[in-house]
Amino acid sequence: MNLQIITPDKKVFSGEVEVVTLPGTDGSFQILKDHAPIVSTLGKGTLAADKQLFTIDGGVVEVLNNKILVLAEAVL
Amino acid sequence: MASLKEVRNRIVSVNSTQQITKAMKMVSAAKLRRATDAITQMRPYSKKLTEMIATVSANAEGAKENPYTIVRNINKVLVIVVTSDRGLCGAFNANVGKAAVSLIAEKYVEQQAAGNVEIMALGKKGGEYLARRGYNVNTQYADIFTKLSFANVRIAAEAAMNGFEEGKYDVVELVYNEFKNVATQILKTEQVMPIVEKKDDKVKASSVDYIFEPSEEEIINELIPKALKLQIYKAVLESNASEHGARMTAMDKATDNAGELLKELKLQYNRSRQAAITNEILEIVGGAEALAAA
Repeated sequence: MNLQIITPDKKVFSGEVEVVTLPGTDGSFQILKDHAPIVSTLGKGTLAADKQLFTIDGGVVEVLNNKILVLAEAVL
Repeated sequence: MASLKEVRNRIVSVNSTQQITKAMKMVSAAKLRRATDAITQMRPYSKKLTEMIATVSANAEGAKENPYTIVRNINKVLVIVVTSDRGLCGAFNANVGKAAVSLIAEKYVEQQAAGNVEIMALGKKGGEYLARRGYNVNTQYADIFTKLSFANVRIAAEAAMNGFEEGKYDVVELVYNEFKNVATQILKTEQVMPIVEKKDDKVKASSVDYIFEPSEEEIINELIPKALKLQIYKAVLESNASEHGARMTAMDKATDNAGELLKELKLQYNRSRQAAITNEILEIVGGAEALAAA
């Protein structure tokens, strides 16, 4: 799956990953290959892409056709 | 005619001024590139955000209700004025200042008379310009350009948004320079809040059947503040690029003018020099003749 993490300042991450764990506002959830299209808001928390960790300060995620797009206001 | 020494001194001083303006032009050119890069960096985020809003609002019916679209009677006004921190960039700052003044004079005369127009200065120059003219200026966020980043702009944007939400302001306007190219800036005045729907930007909402979590309405309410912050951030970035563009052109003109001045001074210098030499020869010849006659 292709993951992109974008903030207004720059593209923080772009690359292929196997599994992504996201800090959803209603609780943490995981995205694996062939996930159904979803749009969800994210809270402040840790985003784990395979073994890389990013701390994001809220945002939104869109998953479509094995493309994961995270729009975050800030990545700490 | 000015003495030789005076002219020579002026040539030296104009020369060093020209060097300074030339250096400033180069520095602005470098900074301009960085400023336009920042705009390019922001574009993917901005594009995706508008797409997402379009997608979600196509699916959400009741999402039009949110605290930033409420239209109230206008009692209190906030004008966000984006300028630069430094001068020497032509009419760049004065244009924004004038636009803010005329905006208030056109739309918010009563509110200004009642002292209910507040100005949020982003960039020191605009704040100074308007404070001199007796406007109520809040300079708390004026120094965002010392370290320009979304994090800094966000704080200022959130202050304006909270103020609107709490009823501290009934309308928020934004005045800034948009970057067109190095030589041209377009002066823009936008109403930020309450949000006015723009007819022109039609973004195609995708017809994919998404799962929305927690719900369409909540996502929209999360996205709209982000879009507002981005709108202000965009204005700041555009203004920053415009500033460097304006300075570059101003300094380029200044360098040219110094060149012209130098040309004239050199002509004058050579003329005086020639006159002095002619004088000297005349004196010598006169002296020699006097001797021969004797």
